Amino acid sequence: MSIQNREAFLDKLASRLGRERRTSGVERPQWSVTPQDEVFKGMSQDELVDVLEKHCKVIHTTFKRTDRDGLAKVLNETLEAYEGKLIITSKDARYQEYGVTDFFEEQKEKLDVHVWDSALGKENQKIAERADVGIVFSDITLAESGTVTSFNTKDNGRSISLLPRTFIAIIPKSTLVPRMTQAARHIHQAQANGEDVPSYVSFITGPSNSADIEMNLIVGVHGPVKATYIVVD
Amino acid sequence: MSIKIGEIPYKERIQKGIKDDFMRQAVSSAQGRFRTGRLTQAEELGNWEDWRNLGEEIRTHTLENLDYYLQQLSEQVSRRGGHVFFAETAEEANQYVKEIILKKQAKKVVKAKSMVTEEIGLNKALEEVGAEVVESDLGEWILQLDEDPPSHIVTPALHKNKQQIRETFAKKKGYTGSDTPEELAAFAREQLRQDFLAADVGVTGCNFAIAESGSITLVTNEGNAEMVTALPDTVITVMGMERIVPTWEEMEVLVSLLTRAAVGQKLTSYITALTGARLDEEIDGPEEFHLVVVDNGRSKILGTEFQSALHCIRCAACINACPVYRHIGGHAYNSIYPGPIGAVITPLLEGYDDHKELPYASTLCAACTEACPVKIPLHEHLIRHRQIIVEKEKKAPTAEKLMMKGFAAWASNPSIYNMSAKMAKPALGPWTKDGMIENGPGPLKAWTEVRDFYAPQGQSFRSWFKQRQKDGESK
Ligand code: SF4
Repeated sequence: MSIQNREAFLDKLASRLGRERRTSGVERPQWSVTPQDEVFKGMSQDELVDVLEKHCKVIHTTFKRTDRDGLAKVLNETLEAYEGKLIITSKDARYQEYGVTDFFEEQKEKLDVHVWDSALGKENQKIAERADVGIVFSDITLAESGTVTSFNTKDNGRSISLLPRTFIAIIPKSTLVPRMTQAARHIHQAQANGEDVPSYVSFITGPSNSADIEMNLIVGVHGPVKATYIVVD
Repeated sequence: MSIKIGEIPYKERIQKGIKDDFMRQAVSSAQGRFRTGRLTQAEELGNWEDWRNLGEEIRTHTLENLDYYLQQLSEQVSRRGGHVFFAETAEEANQYVKEIILKKQAKKVVKAKSMVTEEIGLNKALEEVGAEVVESDLGEWILQLDEDPPSHIVTPALHKNKQQIRETFAKKKGYTGSDTPEELAAFAREQLRQDFLAADVGVTGCNFAIAESGSITLVTNEGNAEMVTALPDTVITVMGMERIVPTWEEMEVLVSLLTRAAVGQKLTSYITALTGARLDEEIDGPEEFHLVVVDNGRSKILGTEFQSALHCIRCAACINACPVYRHIGGHAYNSIYPGPIGAVITPLLEGYDDHKELPYASTLCAACTEACPVKIPLHEHLIRHRQIIVEKEKKAPTAEKLMMKGFAAWASNPSIYNMSAKMAKPALGPWTKDGMIENGPGPLKAWTEVRDFYAPQGQSFRSWFKQRQKDGESK
């Protein structure tokens, strides 16, 4: 793809910096301090779940915890609370693995579930826009900030967590890490090993909000108005 | 529009700010809340100084190798199916974006909040080619409907109250509801949803570009940047050339500093990294992605003593800490970049002619420098600006000239200059009584006429002068 005006632009920067252009050989230095590694260092997964639970209060997010057997029940309660009829989910083998697909099957009288289907093109976005609830699995979960990370792909559209009225993240306990540091490092290492990062990586921390009107916090401005995290042991 | 937001003389702008009671009250309570949030976060971490040091190191290294990292970024964006355009000037940037709009025959453009597009006056340029431009950040949308410039980087419509917002919605959009913030926001949501879905092109700024992968990181609470990048088929990102980090690891550190320093949040609700165009079979995200890298005067700052001003990550912590901003509000700076950072970079980008008062809109109390998460020595830059204005440009407003002559001679002594954090008090000494400034010099005069100003703490000018005389005599 095209790159325009680069050489003159960068030559000028080098000359302002008083040296020749650097086109190779620049190494990141060893930073003198790395405070980001100290946060929740050495905590167990269960301790991280506690951190996450506590922070959910700050980010206006409902926190629930269950095991695989209990997931269907918790999901059902949450959907009822959200008056969720039309549901959109990513296409992910974990729905089957965690028994969610079976649950949807049982509830098919009550629930209209759309699984993201790239063959349908933009229709997916339209469904997401009308949906009551969007559900995704978290790929990496940041305990400190209460953030779910979603690597968006052709089977996991960005719209699922963005357009529906409410949002549910299913969080396998094993996906918990202390903070964004570990997620960023994971992506950096993959990139360094020659893997491409997904075209979209979303870090989602609770529902959409704004403080633009007289500094009053309003939850739910453009994205979902409510969010629930379900941690599965 | 450009960096400059109007033609009203400086003193009138200050008077206007001082007389706007709602604005002053809103600004001061916002400052209080933002500041408390930042301090709580810093305290909770326990090692905030380490974080700041790391932030500063990252910014210094990146700026010193800016050509290298921009090259890497452009290679990666292009490899991932995006187009990159390097724009020397605002006109070049606008021209490039206009051409895309024309080629796409785009009717509707949705934008996520971006300072750099304000700076280059992009909205006007797009309207010239017949596109309707919709700001999607709630605060920006309010201002757009009201044709008013922003007064704060993080909460642009801070100066407006909910009754004013209700009126604007009623007048411009036929709104009939109440003035509760929830109802107003729900109305905006409904209106803007339609715009997102109908837009041909999305335009965003860039919080941090990541050189190693060619990703653009956007940090918002509302999720509007996500809408703007997920839904339209063409997305154009405009970035100031300095908004770049080497890898995801540094992005993470700077985002953590940004959200904590800005509003005291651990992370905002949405942080999105967009890399190039969408892949095969993907539905969301742009089919066509353009990155416009803007210089517009920034390169003049590189290699100078002001280089660290380019380290700014636009968190507004300095603005939230500034006692002058508290009194006069953002519009008084006549720049889209208000507060201490605005007073430092506006004259650098646009020259002193129109902005020579700005470096004087400071008490030199150093609260800004202390607040800055990447340790930009803001008040030292302000002192240096004053020196230059007095010495080289001979442009000091007459009231300051006298004072600054002595001040400049004094400030040019390096050992004293390095103690500049403590200099505010002596510099303002002659106008200080019982710790308050009653009838301050130059621009300070305009607001001390209305109210007293807390004098910076430290040794007073009188005691310093006395001491100095005594020392001299005893030798
Ligand atoms: S100068 Fe520092 S404190 Fe001010 S906006 Fe920039 S990064 Fe934030």
